[in-house]
Amino acid sequence: MPQARTEERPELERLARTLRHHIVRSTTEAGSGHPSTSLSMVEVITVLYFGGVLRYDPQQPHHPDRDRFILSKGHGAPGLYAVLAEAGYFPVEDLMTLRQMGSPLEGHPNMRRLAGVEASTGSLGQGLSMGIGHAHAAGLDGSDFRTYVMTGDGEIEQGQVWEAAMHAGNKGLDNLTLIVDRNRHQQTDAVANVQPLDPLGAKFESFNWETRDIDGHSLDEVTEAFAWARGVAGRPQVIIARTIKGKGVSLLEKAQGKWHGKPIPKEEEAKALEEIGAGI
Amino acid sequence: MSFGLSRSSFEIGPATRAAFGDALAEAGANQDVVVIDGDVNNSTYTNKFKEKYPERFFNVGIAESNMVGVAAGLAAAGKIPVASSFSTFLLSNAFDQIRMSVAFPNLNVKLVGTHAGISIGEDGPSQMAIEDVALACAFPGMTVVVPADGPSTAIATHALIEREGPTFMRCGRPGVPLLYEPTSDFQIGKANTLRQGDDITIIANGIMVAMALDAAEGLASDGIQARVLDMHTVKPIDTDCIVKAANETRAIVVAEEHLAYGGLGSTVAMVVGEHRPTRMAFVDIGDTYATSGKPDELLEHYGLTPEAILDAARRVLKD
Repeated sequence: MPQARTEERPELERLARTLRHHIVRSTTEAGSGHPSTSLSMVEVITVLYFGGVLRYDPQQPHHPDRDRFILSKGHGAPGLYAVLAEAGYFPVEDLMTLRQMGSPLEGHPNMRRLAGVEASTGSLGQGLSMGIGHAHAAGLDGSDFRTYVMTGDGEIEQGQVWEAAMHAGNKGLDNLTLIVDRNRHQQTDAVANVQPLDPLGAKFESFNWETRDIDGHSLDEVTEAFAWARGVAGRPQVIIARTIKGKGVSLLEKAQGKWHGKPIPKEEEAKALEEIGAGI
Repeated sequence: MSFGLSRSSFEIGPATRAAFGDALAEAGANQDVVVIDGDVNNSTYTNKFKEKYPERFFNVGIAESNMVGVAAGLAAAGKIPVASSFSTFLLSNAFDQIRMSVAFPNLNVKLVGTHAGISIGEDGPSQMAIEDVALACAFPGMTVVVPADGPSTAIATHALIEREGPTFMRCGRPGVPLLYEPTSDFQIGKANTLRQGDDITIIANGIMVAMALDAAEGLASDGIQARVLDMHTVKPIDTDCIVKAANETRAIVVAEEHLAYGGLGSTVAMVVGEHRPTRMAFVDIGDTYATSGKPDELLEHYGLTPEAILDAARRVLKD
């Protein structure tokens, strides 16, 4: 039976730094990819996989009662791969094959090539609908597995997200949790300059969701939010995680609008890793 | 004067969508089968399943993109989801969801599009799927089936549910000529030879199969023996059967209720061109959208009749 892995606070902090190391190193090695969008989600996925939330077993990646994590924002793949490697789905050294011919660590997640990847994503807006399918399957099978889906904030400009939000709220899928990585930047501009989403929580609430707005880089707030989500009955939950695109690397944080889809140059890598701090 | 379907020499049976609905309700005996609807279940007849198995029926509303995504999630969790809507809304609206959430991960989702082709009639071109077979064939790994009548639709419904992998079946709105028995031999990927002949081959699917048989009767009175193939599976195409026809007959006419591009005609031509170049002619909607009208008036106007097939056969044999 899949179990949640529960680490102490110092270990969670170390793992968060380690994931950031992996994200920077793998994308710089690949020469392409989306480190900034991966860095913003680090605390959320750290708590999810190591903070006593997600029940999983890398030895039985298809166990029917495992909890699911669907990364709808597929360009955050380097972050997903980092957490899957640390969780034990594949050797950490494979992270350096990111985006290379023959590697299952493709530019965007491919569920058919890498155990632990629950959905093939990369065309934005589709993960929540797939999560609803899993949530319905749990209901049909009488299983208590939970489904977690993470979208970007720019991503929810996609209409399908709202078709799905309407449906999940209507059906009262309380075994479904959405995390919006609210890093406030999309490809060409700030999200607010493209489509102001606020009041974002109110939009979900009007579709019969329970909402929680948190600092997405606070391990405590993320931990508390997942505990809250598990306790909600009768409604799906959305955790709006306020984050910083490129979190942990000053080069990216200082010019958040300029680094979408760009790796850190080789000559800046050492400084970035130093800023992140000792992890590995 | 009557046209098209209503003057077929065959008895008119149920619509293929009705046969699908009945067969789906039977297939519900398998507990893994779940049905997803885009709020058209009384048109697609998935309401028959809904009545028997309401707990395994999900109406997601008029939201085909979400419908296909939910089906993908259910399939990833081990269910056999059947997602059904009007064919044009299913394929056109949810094309990217079928691509990304179903075809690319090769998930076991059963897509069924109804109200295909111009034979839906009065509702007009916005409701007519005339590009759907081309769109469905474009997905790597997708099985694409266009059955001709009620009994073969029922067999295909069960066969596709048992088949692993993504599938698309195309059904129509009106009652159509009866060509098969419930016990007929009908296998996905295997064309059925409904009439033997060694002069010319007519390859058809959907409502054009009965018309092909009527056209073959007309050719027989000219002393021309036409072979008629029900090519119900467009993908994977029955290459052997087509090559055999190309070898054994002088020409091939392909008839389908679809655009000229990307459907059965294009697929057969690819096989013929590669294996045994043969003179061909095509009966289809061409390169246009249709209009409102009575189904038979539309079929006549857009040249989907036994006479059109007959003319194409005579023309191609003269060359």
